Amino acid sequence: MNDNKKQLRIALRNCGFINPEIIDDYISRDGYMALGKCLTEHTPEETIKEIKDSGLRGRGGGGFPTGLKWEITRKSESDQKYVVCNADEGDPGAFMDRSILEGDPHSVIEAMAICGYCIGADKGLVYIRAEYPLAIERLQIALSQAREYGLLGENIFRSGFNFDIEIRFGAGAFVCGEETALIHSMEGLRGEPTFKPPFPSVSGYLGKPTNVNNVETFANIPAILNKGAAWFSSIGTEKSKGTKVFALAGKINNVGLIEVPMGTTLREVIYEIGGGIRDGKKFKSVQTGGPSGGCLTTDFLDTPIDYDNLIDAGSMMGSGGMIVMDEDDCMVAIAKFYLEFTLEESCGKCSPCRIGNKRLHEILDKITSGRGEFQDIERLQLLSQVIKDTSLCGLGQTSPNPVLSTIANFEDEYLAHVNEGKCPAGQCKALLKYEIIEDLCTGCTLCFRNCPVGAISGERRQPHYIDQSLCIKCGVCYEKCKFNAITLS
Amino acid sequence: MPKIKLSENTVNQIKEVCTEFNNKEGELINVLHKVQKKLGYLPAEVQEVIAKELNASVAKVYGVVTFYSFFSMIPKGEFPISICMGTACYVRGAEQVLSEFKRQLKVEVGESTGDGKFSLNCLRCVGACGLAPVVMVGEKVYGRVAPSQVKEIIKEYQEGCPSGNAKTA
Ligand SMILES: Cc1cc2nc3c(=O)[nH]c(=O)nc-3n(C[C@H](O)[C@H](O)[C@H](O)COP(=O)(O)O)c2cc1C
Ligand code: SF4
Ligand code: SF4
Ligand code: FES
Repeated sequence: MNDNKKQLRIALRNCGFINPEIIDDYISRDGYMALGKCLTEHTPEETIKEIKDSGLRGRGGGGFPTGLKWEITRKSESDQKYVVCNADEGDPGAFMDRSILEGDPHSVIEAMAICGYCIGADKGLVYIRAEYPLAIERLQIALSQAREYGLLGENIFRSGFNFDIEIRFGAGAFVCGEETALIHSMEGLRGEPTFKPPFPSVSGYLGKPTNVNNVETFANIPAILNKGAAWFSSIGTEKSKGTKVFALAGKINNVGLIEVPMGTTLREVIYEIGGGIRDGKKFKSVQTGGPSGGCLTTDFLDTPIDYDNLIDAGSMMGSGGMIVMDEDDCMVAIAKFYLEFTLEESCGKCSPCRIGNKRLHEILDKITSGRGEFQDIERLQLLSQVIKDTSLCGLGQTSPNPVLSTIANFEDEYLAHVNEGKCPAGQCKALLKYEIIEDLCTGCTLCFRNCPVGAISGERRQPHYIDQSLCIKCGVCYEKCKFNAITLS
Repeated sequence: MPKIKLSENTVNQIKEVCTEFNNKEGELINVLHKVQKKLGYLPAEVQEVIAKELNASVAKVYGVVTFYSFFSMIPKGEFPISICMGTACYVRGAEQVLSEFKRQLKVEVGESTGDGKFSLNCLRCVGACGLAPVVMVGEKVYGRVAPSQVKEIIKEYQEGCPSGNAKTA
């Protein structure tokens, strides 16, 4: 991604600038300096205070204050505690954590060791998706180099502090990103969430106090300790400090990872960094927060991005997926897309999520296939609220967000589907019809030759005709026709 | 499903993996990862051996295998085709690409073709969103795939050996 004045790299400070497989590269950019200082000059309490003062909040989605979490875990008494790094990154369309682990694995290792020192743990675990083989490999290399240099293992920096890290593999279940489910998965069980409290900081992995933080959260820690809490808290908004990494994707010119100070507006992200909408189309919506988030409209383009503003706007920060949509995207279909995801990923433990989301999906399917009725919109809203209020874990509690936010912001599109049987974006296939305009058709036979199902007939130099009962609405003819003779209605 | 008879060699391989993890029940997921890597999939018979070795119930092993989408109880095709259905790919038309694969191969998601050559699966974001929509055949990544290219991609693998360095972007 092109560098831009709007961007500021903290979590990604080393990504692309060092060789992640050479520990000396990391060390030459102040790597392991923060760990050394903590162990030799500062008490755990002092270090925790620094993190608290920095205002750092969890980057895994929830936005819980990191220093406070460390303090709680420190105060939980136990003979054994654990530091866990959540690298499950389940949000489809996001790859921030992967990039950090691939580009700068030592920053996460260093931060986990600092966390271990602060909370009183000598063991760390990284829970990483098996789908990220390169990240796993780089992490393994980094771990063995850190051990070789004595930065992991026993008596680190001759301080008497011991710490080592193990890798645990995820196996393709989104719900395992939820911390209690993640812990069960690390124990070799089905990754089903359990009710909180008790929070992992009190009773986590193998029943012991466990501090779970996200990859990006950890990556910020060494920078904060090296440059000071005052520096970090000078960046961002009142309640959200520092920067956030986003995976910018969708109908935008520049896709990729960006890191911007909290408080940057969506407009700056989309138009200045992202270079605007592709193919000169019109911006319609931006989705943040993945399957738990919502779709925002042009009205929110000038809202500063931070945890609280996004929630007020009906979405959430999430882990940093940011999908830009243009006029061709149907918002009902988008809501359905996210619901499909939730359905597949619901662990099935509690009924509101397992059954409720299925019903939501059925109603959305009914609407997108042209069988919707006006009352369905109300049904969606009512059911959504029930699912939100009664589900056991964060997955179910947030799964209706894409539905509710699209209804709130794009009600006219829902109405067009149910009242007029029309999909304004022209995306819902069942509501579409490809037709050939006789006057414009030159009979070039291009569509005829390209139709995959033989739905088009016609003689050379004579207007062609589409048999609607055969047409699978693939749109090939529409793309191929050089005379704009094919319309979509 | 017809019962499979595991060869002694296979059984020993599985046992070896279990020993490597000290036959600890808590290591079940790591054991499954390693065994699937060796054998390609985890049919019921394999799960039975693992359960016995780790002193766990078969139901528990089955429960874990079926919970995680990464574990498969049916063999993958010689060329596993994976279509990214992550959000970035979805908004750039992954659905049309998927339906074209389904039509061309005449299989549904999660199935293999009769000759065992291709299997079709969906993935969630492979981290190449910039290239959306993304299709993977084995380890090879195809970016910006249009439905009209699907036939070509399949053809590459149908005639014996795929051309080693076909486009990756
Ligand atoms: C359904 C669900 C999925 C989640 N997925 C992730 C994830 O992929 N990565 C992550 O770091 N946190 C994820 N979380 C949040 C974690 O439960 C937890 O809050 C987080 O790892 C804490 O770290 P942080 O305070 O540093 O953000 C998820 C939560 C829920 C409810
Ligand atoms: S809300 Fe959904 S994912 Fe969470 S425990 Fe209930 S069924 Fe499982
Ligand atoms: S949309 Fe596709 S199936 Fe329908 S007529 Fe055109 S090319 Fe044929
Ligand atoms: S959504 Fe397909 S690669 Fe990310």
